[in-house]
Amino acid sequence: MADPMKIRATVVGDKVEVKVLMAHEMETGQRKDSKGAIVPAWFIQNVTATVNGKTVLSAEWGPAVAKNPFLSFRFAGAKAGDKVVITWTDNHGDKRSDEATIAA
Amino acid sequence: MRPKRIAAAALAAGILSAGLALAQDKDSTSRQIERYREALADGNPAELWEARGESLWKEKRGPKAASLERCDLGLGPGVVKGAYTVLPKYFADTGKVEDLESRLVTCMVALQGFTPEQAKKDPFGGPGKKVPMDALVAYIASESRGMPMHVSIANPKEREAYELGRQIFFYRGGPHDFACASCHGAEGKRIRLQDLPNLTNPADARRAYTTWPAYRVSQGEVRSMQWRLNDCFRQQRFPELEFTSPASIALSLYLARTAEGGVMDAPAIKR
Amino acid sequence: MKMGRRRALQSASGVAVMGLAMAAGLLRPSTARAEAWNKAAFEVKGSLNEEVKALGGSGATESKDISMTSPDIAENGAVVPFTVTSKLPKTESIALLVEKNPNMLAANFTIPEGTEPWINTRIKMGQTSNVIALVKADGKYYYTSKEVKVTLGGCGG
Repeated sequence: MADPMKIRATVVGDKVEVKVLMAHEMETGQRKDSKGAIVPAWFIQNVTATVNGKTVLSAEWGPAVAKNPFLSFRFAGAKAGDKVVITWTDNHGDKRSDEATIAA
Repeated sequence: MRPKRIAAAALAAGILSAGLALAQDKDSTSRQIERYREALADGNPAELWEARGESLWKEKRGPKAASLERCDLGLGPGVVKGAYTVLPKYFADTGKVEDLESRLVTCMVALQGFTPEQAKKDPFGGPGKKVPMDALVAYIASESRGMPMHVSIANPKEREAYELGRQIFFYRGGPHDFACASCHGAEGKRIRLQDLPNLTNPADARRAYTTWPAYRVSQGEVRSMQWRLNDCFRQQRFPELEFTSPASIALSLYLARTAEGGVMDAPAIKR
Repeated sequence: MKMGRRRALQSASGVAVMGLAMAAGLLRPSTARAEAWNKAAFEVKGSLNEEVKALGGSGATESKDISMTSPDIAENGAVVPFTVTSKLPKTESIALLVEKNPNMLAANFTIPEGTEPWINTRIKMGQTSNVIALVKADGKYYYTSKEVKVTLGGCGG
């Protein structure tokens, strides 16, 4: 089970701004280990953010997204107290889902 | 004689303007690098280590199934807030000057029942390898954020360690005949694009010391002072600086003392 | 906003981070479908046109209505921050491409209605390269690009 994400969601004007840090190696599959063997690709492929059941962002990622990914985005239609749920799945089929309450 | 003088003057002017152009390029490069660092400041992956470290501090581990919450980091058992600002320091229970990592080893042994070898094993994380030590360091350092460094050398052992640290700093050795001071002992030094802090200068020492531990982007890991010193030794082609060795602690104390008053801002994020 | 206050992230003042472990086999019906991942798009090398084709379009027009903010120099190519924003009406997606990476496409974000066409993220750059922000708006593709220099820096350690 992957480490939890750190999610922060705050109201900014008439929108909600979300900042999320995910714990993931994001191996490109290009790197060699100390013995010279290629370290296989291992990276988040899909990210979804939902609020009140509605998808507010979805993304397809490749291994070129930086390790321990940081993502920030903004959307309308939610208020303080609502919950943002962020889910990622990687190319190993691992999944992680965390949620945060929108702060005023 | 006149043509020669004009040629010489033209040449000098040419060199001068080229020098100015180079200096301007360097300034704009420095500015862009500053911009890069600022852009990374918000959303530091070190927070993931801080969270893991806080869990590890509270988790019952080891043969004694105990947490680290009674560990004395220098401000009394269990006091984490501000502890990083007084380390390294002399501890009566071990009779030694200890830094944060050696203190964590002490507590892992005394409270949790690990052997010293187990506690010191794998101190530095790597790709796919998570270790407790760097997470604990990240958490404890974060609890001193915003607070000034105040290490003491009142105790004779602390004074001795400080003097030893200073000697090590200036000690030339290894195949390159380097000392720490070779890179960090004078103003205006640089390796490729990295401006090197002059660690004998309190202002530079404060800036440098208060931003370790740090998430090193090039490493993809949170790195501590123990790691930083170990890696400097590696880069100088010195023999390996043993984890939590008296030499490593002495060097830390010398640097922490020179950074007196510096406000902690760690874990930071660095290249 | 400084994200450095770990305590704030866990305080009761309105922000609660709760882990929801999605155990295998306990997926809610709405998330039970396999998620789409455009393999071909993530294998295109060096050509914007090829990339747009792989994404289902044909050609992209340069647009001043897309803005890309990033440092001009990345001290380390492992982590390069970008903010992309699109003023194009009906922006549907924003993608980041690194021309000289082994595979061009780094990330593709789908922007539903109600979400601001604004993304801030960090990508890897293997070397100094043009970075392209590719936007799909009202069914058509647009782009802007900038060069970002990548240095290793220092002792490389």
